Amino acid sequence: MTINEIQDELISDFELFDDWESKYEYIIDLGKQFPPLEEQFKTEDNIIKGCQSRVWLNAYMDGDLLKFEADSDAIIVRGLVSMLVKVLSGHTPKEIAGADLYFMESIGLHQHLAQTRSNGLAAMLKQMKAYGVAFQAKSFNTAN
Amino acid sequence: MSNNLDIASIRNDFPILNEIVNGKQLVYFDNAATTQKPRLVLDALSGYYEHYNANIHRGIHHLAEKATSAFEQSRRRLQAFLNAPLPEEIIFTYGTTDGINLVASSYGRTFLKAGDEVIISTMEHHSNIVPWQMLCEEKGCILKIIPINDEGELLMDEYEKLLTERTKFVSVVHVSNSLGTINPVKEIIAKAHAVGAKVLLDGAQASSHLHLDVQDLDCDFYSLSLHKIYGPTGMGILYGKKELLDAMPPYRGGGEMIKEVTFEKTTYNELPYKFEAGTPNIADVVAAKYALDYVDTLGKENIAAHEHKLLEYATEAVKDIEGLRIIGQAKEKVSVLSFVIDGIHHQDMGVLLDQQGIAVRTGHHCTQPLMRRFNITGTTRASFAVYNTTEEIDLLIQGLHKVKRMLG
Repeated sequence: MTINEIQDELISDFELFDDWESKYEYIIDLGKQFPPLEEQFKTEDNIIKGCQSRVWLNAYMDGDLLKFEADSDAIIVRGLVSMLVKVLSGHTPKEIAGADLYFMESIGLHQHLAQTRSNGLAAMLKQMKAYGVAFQAKSFNTAN
Repeated sequence: MSNNLDIASIRNDFPILNEIVNGKQLVYFDNAATTQKPRLVLDALSGYYEHYNANIHRGIHHLAEKATSAFEQSRRRLQAFLNAPLPEEIIFTYGTTDGINLVASSYGRTFLKAGDEVIISTMEHHSNIVPWQMLCEEKGCILKIIPINDEGELLMDEYEKLLTERTKFVSVVHVSNSLGTINPVKEIIAKAHAVGAKVLLDGAQASSHLHLDVQDLDCDFYSLSLHKIYGPTGMGILYGKKELLDAMPPYRGGGEMIKEVTFEKTTYNELPYKFEAGTPNIADVVAAKYALDYVDTLGKENIAAHEHKLLEYATEAVKDIEGLRIIGQAKEKVSVLSFVIDGIHHQDMGVLLDQQGIAVRTGHHCTQPLMRRFNITGTTRASFAVYNTTEEIDLLIQGLHKVKRMLG
């Protein structure tokens, strides 16, 4: 599936919920089900500091695809992180660098991306795209 | 509900309390961060801009005179609020942090030298830590920290042990923003003076709850922000004893703070203007007077009594919530209830309470060393003001139960 197909799927998942409680219960469930990042990857280098919660992001190439693993110490952020990983992980660096993420806004969760200081999500998204750019440059250099 | 105050009518004075947040009537429990503003203050702000906006002190036209007069009236109003001996001992600042920086920078750099000691406490806001760290780094001074007990009270015996002839400055918070603890500042000041040290009080939290009298306290400096006393944001004052302020060099250079400027040498204006470079925040200074008038009309003792009732009610009510632990159980406290709940991250708490229209503060409250002392990364903090009610506390308790169920 393309990045946009995954986004559209998430948007239609969330259309099932008509109140904030079921929406957040779903995010909490996503957070609980998201596999924890192995301790060895919870390093200072991988940490994205928010004011209130911490987010860790690990990136690696798997063939031509850039993959992400992540974690957070707050469960709702963890659920939101799992969605960002679901959307962006496993695509080419070029696709990730150029992705237009609209699903958070459509689901009505954009305020979580705006609160950069409090949860680190916006910084995480920026970092994911930066990895896309960096790995794109790297593969370009290797090819030449 | 409490003493002479008609809370329903007080609530009508604050238009923002009618806001609907996420479909619910706003419950505003983040008063320790900033209080809401009564209509009186909002009208004073727009009244200033509509009728007498002008730059102060220099213009000789009608508007400039009117603005200058209102500005200086606010200074005298704040002088009375703190019971300061002289109006020129009231310096307008951008807020508490700015006042502390002024003292650390101007007094600290002039009068402290390598090996001198500065004492702060474990419960300081970063605003009363970092300026002193910067000073100590620059001058080679040593920063000493007063420890606290598990209830969140200063260990006064330990404080006394820290005081020596090397102690040159003590800077402590009057009331803790994270815990609500009211510190025994009069005793702290007397003991510091006994070894010849000067004392600054960070009054950011105390100023809205406690009666202030800088002469009775005998503090050398007192810094506060008006936005925590129902006044506008972006302004505060620094009180300083005249002989100290006179001896201190200016902190910022620019207009207003000079007597005469030539390219060879500038002579400085007298107090308080020496410390007020540039066009000040005139509108907010002018409106601040109205906030203090409002507080006086209600009566600070009445406000304190109402807030105390709310604190007692909330402290009792949260006892029913399993796994909840109050952080900060000092005997002397203002209306701040900080807590953690086993297994729940404070940020999740904040997000889910916000969905229910309840505004609390979550996180480390800019007191990271204090959080480390309690071995936590943050708390949820509900802080109460005069317009809050026990019904709102009931909504918070219901909200907490819902959060527990959702995250359970």
